[in-house]
Amino acid sequence: MKVAVIQFPGSNCDRDTVHVLKNVLRLDARLIWHEDFRDSSYDAAILPGGFSFGDHLRAGIIAANSPAIDIVRKMVDDGKPVLGICNGFQILIESGFLQGALLRNSSLKFVCKWMDLKLENNRSAFTCSFDKTSCVKMPIAHNEGRFFAEDNVLDLIAAEGRIVMSYADDNPTGTSRGIAAVSNRGGNVVGMMPHPERASDHALGGTDGLKVFQSMVEWVRC
Amino acid sequence: MLVGEVETTLTPEEMEHARRHLGREPNGLEWAMIDAEWSEHCSYKSSKTILAQLPTTGRSVLVGPGYDSGVVDIGDGYVLTLHTESHNHPSAIEPYGGAATGIGGVVRDILCMGTTPIALLNALKFGDITKSDHSKWIMKNVVRGIADYGNCIGVPTVAGEVEFDECFERNCLVDVACLGLGRKEEILLAEATHPGDSIYLVGGSTGRDGIHGSTFASRTLAASSEQERSAVQIPDPFTKKLIIEATLEANRARILTGCKDLGGGGLATGLSELADKGHTGIDVYLKEVPVRETDMSPIEVMISESQERMLLVVKVDADLILQDIMEKYGVCWARIGEVTGTNRIIVLRSAEVIADLPTSFLANAPIISRKTRMPTARNPEGTPASPNDIATVLLRLLASPTIASKEWVFRQYDHEVGIRTVAKPGEADASVLKLPNGKCAAIKVDGNARFCDLDPYVGAASVLAECCRNVVAVGAEPIAFLDHCQFGDPNNEEIFWAFARAVQGIADFARAASLPCVGGKVSFYNQDEEAGTAIKSSPVVTVLGLVEKPAHTMKMAFGPDGDAIIVVGETRCELGGSEYYRTLGFRGNTPPALNFEVEVHTTKAVLECIRRGWVTACHDISKGGLGVALAEMAVAGGKGATVDCRLLAAEKMRDDQFLFSETNSRFILTTNKPSQVLKSLSNANVPAAVAGAVRGTTLHLTLSSSKLDCEIQALHEAYVNSIQGILEPWQK
Repeated sequence: MKVAVIQFPGSNCDRDTVHVLKNVLRLDARLIWHEDFRDSSYDAAILPGGFSFGDHLRAGIIAANSPAIDIVRKMVDDGKPVLGICNGFQILIESGFLQGALLRNSSLKFVCKWMDLKLENNRSAFTCSFDKTSCVKMPIAHNEGRFFAEDNVLDLIAAEGRIVMSYADDNPTGTSRGIAAVSNRGGNVVGMMPHPERASDHALGGTDGLKVFQSMVEWVRC
Repeated sequence: MLVGEVETTLTPEEMEHARRHLGREPNGLEWAMIDAEWSEHCSYKSSKTILAQLPTTGRSVLVGPGYDSGVVDIGDGYVLTLHTESHNHPSAIEPYGGAATGIGGVVRDILCMGTTPIALLNALKFGDITKSDHSKWIMKNVVRGIADYGNCIGVPTVAGEVEFDECFERNCLVDVACLGLGRKEEILLAEATHPGDSIYLVGGSTGRDGIHGSTFASRTLAASSEQERSAVQIPDPFTKKLIIEATLEANRARILTGCKDLGGGGLATGLSELADKGHTGIDVYLKEVPVRETDMSPIEVMISESQERMLLVVKVDADLILQDIMEKYGVCWARIGEVTGTNRIIVLRSAEVIADLPTSFLANAPIISRKTRMPTARNPEGTPASPNDIATVLLRLLASPTIASKEWVFRQYDHEVGIRTVAKPGEADASVLKLPNGKCAAIKVDGNARFCDLDPYVGAASVLAECCRNVVAVGAEPIAFLDHCQFGDPNNEEIFWAFARAVQGIADFARAASLPCVGGKVSFYNQDEEAGTAIKSSPVVTVLGLVEKPAHTMKMAFGPDGDAIIVVGETRCELGGSEYYRTLGFRGNTPPALNFEVEVHTTKAVLECIRRGWVTACHDISKGGLGVALAEMAVAGGKGATVDCRLLAAEKMRDDQFLFSETNSRFILTTNKPSQVLKSLSNANVPAAVAGAVRGTTLHLTLSSSKLDCEIQALHEAYVNSIQGILEPWQK
């Protein structure tokens, strides 16, 4: 399978993500400059973390209005897996692929920390290889990752099984209902604040993140 | 001094030297260029002869001091680059922007060697935050400035240290260091060697911010400094990120022959240093420099220190390739000059020559030989009374901001980006980063202003020794270091004496340890005119080490239950400059002694034990002594220990003195092979003893005449929550 990792000016987890896909999982992953992303024939797309366009105006909003997102939209409509990590999650929300908002952390500070996460659903394109009741460890690192939605929206996405992961006990950014990752109705689009690419090596603290990418492979295969 | 309409910091002698050398009166623009380049900040005119004592060569050193970064060969075709910078004056006035632009500067130094920045470190010194709201404000904004900048450019901030002392109330110190990684064949130097090559200015436009920044840093701060906020540059990390990507792509395209970051002194300094190192000249086309304001004078354009700018020396005929790369990233570019064989820096406005100075004259300020005077000895202090309860003292020391966990600080730094960080902040004595050749880099910064205040020679040598111990404690062999000397006004003979002694101490220890210095920085004038106070002597060092096998990486959390706890080294009654004394309002008379031979021996023997795979945790004993070191290991792993201190090598002293003495050359190890470790250390003539074992959730210490029992939970609360409690008491 062919995976596109889209690089915006200011992306900074782009190479880390490509490294894990290519050198750890041996996938055909390509780093593609956003202006050169014109082809929706990829099997999956990943919007990596970072500070696209310097977070100017609002995190993710400029990238969300770039032509590359039109191609992403086509892939989303085709049911292909699309993952947004951290800033990528912000872009997916600003693009309207996912509901809710990502506000400034309740501590008003950037937080970089390994977190215990609870898997809420193993039916999405990026969690289908996990056991249903997994507890996983991955690091977060962001300033604007406090997932927020009105109660009726939260009830709805909970009822539809669109909450993908939540913080197990400690919720250092103050997200609604501890939510750390959500999906769209089809389960093919997932946005997550934790960084799976940073949890893909025992020497660096754990390998739970690999399963996120392995799920993507399984989803495409089935 | 005012020359025509130009205000300079040049002395009458320097001006006379300039006139004599040129055989004429320089014009205003020329005076301004000379002033910027000859400022202490850019020229090291006072410190050069002193710094010459440092050993700078070694097996793995490819480029030593004198360039933007030192370059160290780590084998398999890879190099590491390292450099350090301070932004003390700007941060004292505008802490957020001052600290952020300090990061910007040090990252450019790594970049312009053609290497990718992979890690940032910082050593911060503030006033007493338990007493001063001003210092709290400075600290919060310095940390936020570093975080916002480093996080945005995608370089992890992996290690550092923070020290608090009243002497930094008006003059905080913000030191940053950066580590770079590259291929040996892709190293670039800040040299313009080929006449005909083009000089490109890329990145941000040139504005009025940062005018006179380096001359501002070359005098003391006064009340009027508040009005010099325009001397502080404006940070723009997003532009920096694009410049990093674009410059590295241009370097990979093999179209660059040189690269220079624009820092202190702006274009005047950058251009003259490029030409001087390359033994060439440069014609500068002033009108081509993109300016932010329309009515900027030639002087302003030449000395502005606007951030996020780089000078690239581009091969003949490669102009279009360079321009395409810059356009891809949306980075502004301008071809502002050309390398010539004239050995002169010639500034042209259209066709008119408005400045014309010989390269080597401009780039090499006359050396100043300064007088030194040993200060008269202070009145000796007595000994503080023995405390009633030693456990209370331990908890108080753990909560003392200089010792307490810096979690409040490093949680704000993205220390994971780049997926290299093996030992994370707070986990080990140094940060450990994975390298592409299967080894790991270990890196740490250290300082100790109170030791250096009591004796700059022993204090500075101890700072380097402690930093080496930190690197050894994670399983690495030190391979290179940076020095960073921060002092008050060098015109004060006693301050200059302290500077010279500190450098001597660093140089002597470096020779004893066979450790080369690959770069550094000097920052003088860290004193406040109004209060009339200078900072304590504050040399800070950065040590880089290599972990040969990732499995050797050591952290400080106690090993498994039942592991033996071994204390390496002998404890003497050495409390001068200690954190314990500070909490009691004492200064002490002399810092702990440093026996170079014992120190080098001890670290080698400990590293050997780690490499044999016998050790499960390692921590050096420094601020707060044995008591604090044991508590830190307990807190890090959430495990207790039972330790009988009567089994350890020590001279006779009171329990509190023993537990909190800061004697050099000591480590704590945990191991499941105690007999092998003891035998190996004893063969190397290093004193060591098993003092107890890891067990339970309480720290039990038996001392000569008392006992100490502390629950891990209590130690944890004192150590981890202290700084947050001081800065943000409203957060839980």
